[in-house]
Amino acid sequence: MKIHEYQAKEILRGFGVATPRGVACFTVEEAVKAAQGLGASGPWVVKAQIHAGGRGKGGGVKLARSLDEVREYADKILGMHLITPQTSPEGQLVRRLLVEQGVDIAKELYVGMVVDRSSQRVVVMASSEGGMEIEEVAARSPEKIHKVFVDPAAGLTPEEAAGLARAIGIPEASVAEAVGILRALHQAFVETDGGLAEINPLVLTGAGKVVALDAKMNFDDNALFRHPEILALRDLDEEDPAEIEASRFGLSYISLDGNIGCLVNGAGLAMATMDIIKLYGGEPANFLDVGGGATTEKVTEAFKLMLSNPKVHAILVNIFGGIMRCDVIATGVVEAARQVKLKVPLVVRLEGTNVELGKQILAESGLAIIPAAHMADAAEKVVRAAGA
Amino acid sequence: MAILIGKNTKVITQGITGKTGSFHTVQCLDYAHGRECFVAGVNPGKGGQSFEGVPVFETVKEAKQRTGANASVIYVPPPFAAAAIDEAVDAGLDLVICITEGIPVRDMIRTRHRMRGTPTLLVGPNCPGVITPGAIKIGIMPGHIHKPGSIGVVSRSGTLTYEAVWQLSELGLGQSTCVGIGGDPVNGLKHLDVMKMFNDDPQTEAVIMVGEIGGSDEEECAVWMKSHMKKPVVGFIAGITAPPGKRMGHAGAIISGGKGTAQEKLAVMEECGIQITRNPAEMGKTLMKSLL
Repeated sequence: MKIHEYQAKEILRGFGVATPRGVACFTVEEAVKAAQGLGASGPWVVKAQIHAGGRGKGGGVKLARSLDEVREYADKILGMHLITPQTSPEGQLVRRLLVEQGVDIAKELYVGMVVDRSSQRVVVMASSEGGMEIEEVAARSPEKIHKVFVDPAAGLTPEEAAGLARAIGIPEASVAEAVGILRALHQAFVETDGGLAEINPLVLTGAGKVVALDAKMNFDDNALFRHPEILALRDLDEEDPAEIEASRFGLSYISLDGNIGCLVNGAGLAMATMDIIKLYGGEPANFLDVGGGATTEKVTEAFKLMLSNPKVHAILVNIFGGIMRCDVIATGVVEAARQVKLKVPLVVRLEGTNVELGKQILAESGLAIIPAAHMADAAEKVVRAAGA
Repeated sequence: MAILIGKNTKVITQGITGKTGSFHTVQCLDYAHGRECFVAGVNPGKGGQSFEGVPVFETVKEAKQRTGANASVIYVPPPFAAAAIDEAVDAGLDLVICITEGIPVRDMIRTRHRMRGTPTLLVGPNCPGVITPGAIKIGIMPGHIHKPGSIGVVSRSGTLTYEAVWQLSELGLGQSTCVGIGGDPVNGLKHLDVMKMFNDDPQTEAVIMVGEIGGSDEEECAVWMKSHMKKPVVGFIAGITAPPGKRMGHAGAIISGGKGTAQEKLAVMEECGIQITRNPAEMGKTLMKSLL
């Protein structure tokens, strides 16, 4: 789960990470008032709050030198469709702003952490190249990224944190403060079940203070059951409505750009089904895993979801009935197709337990279902059907 | 021979009386030597009862002492599953297979750290389990699509593994052992660990390796195989069409920071001499060709 910058900063402040003073705003008036409250003379920074990164490049972050400028920028940014390298080409509608006190920046640095799969530890990464995408730094000058793989029992030690701070060029007078911030960030990451925490840039101010100028955090969905306070920060406006709808029914769904809807059981097989559609010259419209216990209700919802996308010209159902019996799935598919009054071609490939019975149910349904013998046959048929 | 499990494996089912655990225990008991292999269940508060003739104990330690079990399978719900693995490790079992999907990563980091230096092997979590066809099935895979034979299968996925197995069986190619290592980012055995076992197993003549986007396990395995693998290996990677930054169903199936793409994995595998196919309908056929 992702959250906004202002929410991440609030969490981090709770762990002792210094950030600029700031206020989240939903209207222009609120933004102006917030700026006044932060200090009469400015400057202030007006920042679009969307879940995608790269906001500055798209014009979503502005430095305001007067209250009039705060008003001007807030007015411009709120309601704009902010296009960044991480949004769709249409951009993301800006509904929230963060108005912050400007900071006197002497140096921009980077610090981030993720779970490293190979070492099965949290890896803390720090770099002197703040403000740039870390992937870019990794590609261009990997020697500038310093890493510590944190022992889960010991946590990030003061020595390790000091080593990182010095490696990225923090002056000796500010090392102790940086150590505090790095350790607090690690603690926040662990205690909130973080998936990613990134401060880019972490800045050294003219006065030698170490401040998190930006903050990005996301969380392990599987751990949200023990973090109701984080779940409460979820902003559904930032998520794909189809994906939200899918999650309500325990379906795993991701929108794609093609015109062939696919409904599959199992994540690996669902990806392989998308791949084979592409291999046979088609384009998948979605990833959809109905999971192990697909009921008629679930399958019906899955059909509704796929059909809510007007681009879908054909549907492929690919089910490998293991524990789930093919006759149950076939009944669900027939029922769902009737309920949604299916008008696009439907290709069904069934295999596994009770497959003959399943095929019989499909054949006797009176629906124009195109049966497929195996995955390749299914892909070929659905690509042809979508093109027709 | 086969790897990891055989008809002499003695299994404890952790979470035997839960909905998932009880359903799959029946299936496992009914498969091949299941009645001799599944010797105990564990469910705190249910010790002293029995399920389908299998005695239920309070703890894994007690179950092991009383039955001589050397392996366990876990169907415990996600919030408690990592602790269940810890318990099995502390009891000194040789092998723990965790089926549970949805365990927090932080819990798995802690559990894997605790496992360092212990002899216990972990398969999973978030996996279908392990089957040695004709001998024993530990997990949720449909037993009837498998055939005893000489092809090893290792995969991060569930139903895609069944697809590979079904293709093999249709072609008359039986399997030595099929191992689902699971779709989580922090897990037990990796492709590489399982591949080494297949390499050393006299029964296994060739291997199908099924991977997916995310992480670099497949690449690490491929690099090792280049200079060590004595048997033909066919590889498939799911997710060529997966968009970056999106989690594709499995917690571990995500392209992050441009890393872990299917293209990248396939390129490394090909470079290391692995016979790859980009067509998931041709995993079996490709393997058959590799045997000629």
